[in-house]
Amino acid sequence: MVIFDECKKAIVRGDIEKAEELANQSLADKLNLNTVVDAFSDAIRHVGNLFDEGEYFLPELMRSAEAMKAAMAILTPHLSSSEVETRSLGTVVIGTIEGDIHDIGKTLVAAMLTAEGFEVHDLGADVPVTTFIEKALEVNAQLICISALLTTTMVGQKKLINQLVKQNIRDRFKVLLGGAPVSKNWVAEIGADGTAENAISAVKLAKELMEH
Amino acid sequence: MKPAIRPTIKILEKELKKKVVNEAMEILAEIGFFAENKEAIALLQKNGLEVDSKSKRAKIPIDVTKKALKSVPSSITLFDRDGNQAAILEGDNICFDPGSAALRVLDTESNEIREAYTKDFVEFTKVVEQLEHIHAQSTAIICSDVPEEVSDMYRLLICLLFSKKPVITGTFKKESFAKMKDMLVTIRGSEKKLREKPLAIFDACPSPPLKWSDLTCQSIIDAAKYGIPSEFISMPMTGANAPVTILGAIVQHAAETLAGVVITQLVSPSAPVIWGGSPAVFDMRKGTTPMGSIDTMMLDIGYTEIGKYLNIPTHAYLGMSDAKILDMQAGFETGMGALLAGIKGVNMISGAGMIDFETTQSIQKVVIDNEICGMTYKFIEGITQRDEPIAKDLLNLFDEKTTHLLAHDHTLKWFRKEQYIPSTIVDRGTKEEWITNGRKSIGDRAKERAEKLIKKYPGLSLENDVIKELASNFKFADFDIKKITDI
Ligand code: B12
Repeated sequence: MVIFDECKKAIVRGDIEKAEELANQSLADKLNLNTVVDAFSDAIRHVGNLFDEGEYFLPELMRSAEAMKAAMAILTPHLSSSEVETRSLGTVVIGTIEGDIHDIGKTLVAAMLTAEGFEVHDLGADVPVTTFIEKALEVNAQLICISALLTTTMVGQKKLINQLVKQNIRDRFKVLLGGAPVSKNWVAEIGADGTAENAISAVKLAKELMEH
Repeated sequence: MKPAIRPTIKILEKELKKKVVNEAMEILAEIGFFAENKEAIALLQKNGLEVDSKSKRAKIPIDVTKKALKSVPSSITLFDRDGNQAAILEGDNICFDPGSAALRVLDTESNEIREAYTKDFVEFTKVVEQLEHIHAQSTAIICSDVPEEVSDMYRLLICLLFSKKPVITGTFKKESFAKMKDMLVTIRGSEKKLREKPLAIFDACPSPPLKWSDLTCQSIIDAAKYGIPSEFISMPMTGANAPVTILGAIVQHAAETLAGVVITQLVSPSAPVIWGGSPAVFDMRKGTTPMGSIDTMMLDIGYTEIGKYLNIPTHAYLGMSDAKILDMQAGFETGMGALLAGIKGVNMISGAGMIDFETTQSIQKVVIDNEICGMTYKFIEGITQRDEPIAKDLLNLFDEKTTHLLAHDHTLKWFRKEQYIPSTIVDRGTKEEWITNGRKSIGDRAKERAEKLIKKYPGLSLENDVIKELASNFKFADFDIKKITDI
């Protein structure tokens, strides 16, 4: 159908208004929503490929991700919860740890995870340990992603893990760490589940962990 | 003899500079900035400024900004540990210091980037202490063998122990300021003497866009109280948390920096501050903040011109690279940045030794960069007319018997002044010689020079009781000052 091609085009072009319009139109026309979501998802994957190939740059990728998000915000309430669940790659709580306001890296990771199909709850920067845990419990997250760019605030990542252990809920979450000072040693030392150097490997890692 | 003109470079028209400053002041008046610090908010309110207590947005009327600009000193003199004058930050003077707060080092044996330890930073400091063209230290390396909680102040301890040069430093958490200030007071003898003879500069970053975080607000307020110079490190990242246009980022830089000027001048009129920064274009492929990008350099030169236009001492992170090894990229990015900064007359030029987006220090590279700094100093001396006539009399000497000037008085008199004489790390030999000497790269030669300098280091010169007092600020388990001083 022509509308599916248009959906793809809207995402690839990063046309937010058009993506919303098409989402609304497919609701009005009572189209098979699964097919509509497939079209949008195909498109965002294509955008990912364009980025990998160096054809697209970050602004284009981010814009397409926003268009995708806008369309999905309209469609999701009309999907059955089982459909939403099978489509979602997982639920993620992400933020920059307390005392630290470096947030661009975290935002990129959140955007890429969203674009790939994770349900992402971005708590922003300077986030206390308790807020991370409360939110993760509330949304029943599988992944907790903590960004820290300072050696002093990195300690907060450790606190979070210790707190999970203390509350006896460490097994319920995979904990990913990121930011310039984080090393594989640190991940091992504090017993986290992994780290990645950039947003693309972060997504890869998140996907791998969800498969286990 | 006619003095040389100082080579210069211009990137913004005067009218445009005026426009940038006006728009930055308008931004502070109309949009305001976010002050995430209680003391700062109270201070602003006390001075009649409008602060929204919920959003923490503070608006600064243009006349308040203008008044603050009137009290900012246009010159800062730094003194070394012994109290001797070390650098005057004003006009087009320049001073180099190593890039600061590296999380890692480039290992000289394996050429791999790895975590850093106390020994790395001690050796680095010993080497920088002896480099001729780098006149300030910075708390350059984070030591992973001490608890993360003290990582900021531990760096200052090492610098003060092993070096006399003034230090560029900064806090990573609020509580550290008082202790770091105390350490400086220990050296100077009193707060008054520290105020008279600044020994350290504290870097403090506003958070783009238009925010002063709790931590860095506190740092500039505290520093202003004690007359310690603050270096504002505004770092808009173009297209990410700042407009993508270079000029747009320069306006944002000016607004964030002016907010810092206002806060400090309200704390204490004539508190010393530096118009600094570490902005970067945001790499749209990799999502990184390249310091060696030509666009970043243009942005740096641009905001420096604004600082000069306002007659405030300037600073930039220029003369560093994003390479991961000591390759051509490391060389060309550093060389271009340092020379541009020198010609522009950026008063404090930070970056020597640094690679990989401000995250990694290299002891070899700081030795190499010292040459670049030396060459930059030489370049900005310009070309002096030493003789009248300039060359005629000398050329008149050539005949069948006189075929060269190598042993001539004139050559002997001037060659050391006319030529920049590099250390042996710069290869000026022939190919044969290079092969005979083992085909060494500049990295190899720099490693050798670093090793020599470490051996040549004259030893600690602080009194034992001063060392003891400095050490008393550190209480973590297995802290042993002797383990450090023995390195
Ligand atoms: C930009 C920047 C800032 C900006 C941040 C703006 C913002 N809104 O984010 C500002 C100016 C505010 C800032 C402030 C400070 N900074 Co700063 N900053 C940087 C800089 C240059 C780049 C960071 C960045 O944004 N990179 C680009 C992004 C896209 O990359 P990224 O953050 O690394 O994220 C990627 C990966 O790490 C990964 N990732 C990130 N998070 C996560 C999470 C998970 C779960 C996973 C899997 C992956 C992942 O994917 C991301 C996308 O590719 C770094 C140096 C560096 N290269 O890291 C210094 C740096 C981190 N800062 C440093 C310092 C010291 C400070 C200050 C303390 C300075 C001061 N005294 O004022 C303040 C601290 C303020 C505070 N309370 O937090 C030091 C840290 C040293 C240390 N030992 O801790 C560094 C290393 C620079 C240096 N050498 O001095 N800074």
